[in-house]
Amino acid sequence: MSFNNLDTLYRQVIMDHYKNPRNKGTLDNGLTLEMNNPTCGDRIQLHFIIEDGTVTDAKFEGEGCSISLASASMMTQVVKGKSVEEALKLSLYFSDMMLGKEADSEGLELGDIEALQGVQKFPARIKCATLAWKAMEKAIDQEDEA
Amino acid sequence: MTLLDVKSDFPILNQQINNHPLVYLDSAATAQKPQVVIDAVSDYYKYDNANVHRGVHTLGQRATDAYEGARETVTQFIHAKDSKEIIFTRGTTSSINIVARSYGDAFITAGDEIVLTEMEHHSNLIPWQQVAKRTGATLKFIPLEADGTITMTSVKETITEKTKLVAITHVSNVLGTINPIKAITNYAHDMGAVVLVDGAQAVPHMAVDVVDLDCDFYAFSGHKLGAPTGIGVLYGKAALLNQMEPVEFGGEMIDFVSLTGATFKELPWKFEGGTPIIAGAVGLAKAIDYLQAIGFDKITAHEKALTDYAMSKLKQLDGVDIYGPEERCGLITFNLTDVHPHDTATVLDSFGVAVRAGHHCCQPLMKWLNVTATARASFYVYNTFEDVDLFIDGLKQAKEFFVDVF
Repeated sequence: MSFNNLDTLYRQVIMDHYKNPRNKGTLDNGLTLEMNNPTCGDRIQLHFIIEDGTVTDAKFEGEGCSISLASASMMTQVVKGKSVEEALKLSLYFSDMMLGKEADSEGLELGDIEALQGVQKFPARIKCATLAWKAMEKAIDQEDEA
Repeated sequence: MTLLDVKSDFPILNQQINNHPLVYLDSAATAQKPQVVIDAVSDYYKYDNANVHRGVHTLGQRATDAYEGARETVTQFIHAKDSKEIIFTRGTTSSINIVARSYGDAFITAGDEIVLTEMEHHSNLIPWQQVAKRTGATLKFIPLEADGTITMTSVKETITEKTKLVAITHVSNVLGTINPIKAITNYAHDMGAVVLVDGAQAVPHMAVDVVDLDCDFYAFSGHKLGAPTGIGVLYGKAALLNQMEPVEFGGEMIDFVSLTGATFKELPWKFEGGTPIIAGAVGLAKAIDYLQAIGFDKITAHEKALTDYAMSKLKQLDGVDIYGPEERCGLITFNLTDVHPHDTATVLDSFGVAVRAGHHCCQPLMKWLNVTATARASFYVYNTFEDVDLFIDGLKQAKEFFVDVF
């Protein structure tokens, strides 16, 4: 038996984000968005501060599997300091990557998110990886409406 | 003990998943289908398909005979007094919703109580939340003991003379708890309440006698006992069903129709609007025949032997949290310490082992257990000791992978 197949899913960098999450916590001001995955019970709460079209701070809290929480950690890390447009571009890139589409990363700073590439081979887990990103898109959407 | 040896009756189980033989331990979600059921459904469509209770041609008669014959099979299977007390539905959820809509809305009013337990599946919780919302009735919950059982003391403290309906699961899909339905029914009747039993997790695994239980309604699904999805049963005492209004109107359930009004058929057809799930009923009857030929005493003993074996193996592993009482139906809900059940299930799947991971449609019960989700292994007639060994091997791999590698 080998873990070869699993190794494409669970890479060291993912487990590091899971066990030592970046940007875990809450922010007093800014906007809060809660999203859950009703089929499995994963739950994520995002806290964003957006000033002049830039994500100046991002934190998250949540309960979930290694993939969903590592993805949230990576997402907050990579969008912090980015413009809203860049954050949405990253989200599109991530979504394309999950679907196995040829994704354009031209000019994007990807941070650790490429480590999640292996998730595309585990269709049942894609929704775990995209939860935080969907929450981020919704948070930006709400900010636009506000 | 010698286990049943019927795996070869289930063609789906003869395959490799991720280069390992499939070990299917998710029968509490849905059971696999024996070849005889697949053939019965296929043959129905090949030779007998027509609409029922319409027209006079030969196929129409054959389809009607098959459909009504299936009703007779179900009647005998759960020991109902009369086949008019057996209503075919889409499944347990649909059966419960019919009672909630029809009986609930008509006979429950503001100030009445509806009593449930804290271990109900969403399907036996939300329909009653909705009834409470529509009628102004109050929901009350029989609390659970630390081991996930309920006691008659709590039952008696919760059900009162204000209670109009008690809705309770026969077997918990998470804890495996087998509830004392007969004693509860007896007490609820003394208080003047009717009792609905969610039998989804009981009927596949044990002999059920609705007259002996004396419940007023009993709901179950076909797909958990080897029948196709989309067919289920609502049993109700004729005296109650006769007082109830249909929920779906049109098609199969009508008697006389004018442009401005209609009368409806007698039981059971008045609750079966539209063209019914004929092939599903045929498959259900065949699945029941298949299980009865094995014998429910043997099925119950087989599952107990597997559960006991798995439990003893699990207890030898460090870092496994097991939920539910000692005495249980054939399933084990558990978590590896510090490993999310999704991750456990993904590793098990990479070794060909299928288990459920999630909240099992029991979010309030997850809260009671103080977890967000769990893994669950559930057993059925086709599982073997070897399946359990492969499951335990897979768990050891998951532990090694998550606890030791990282």
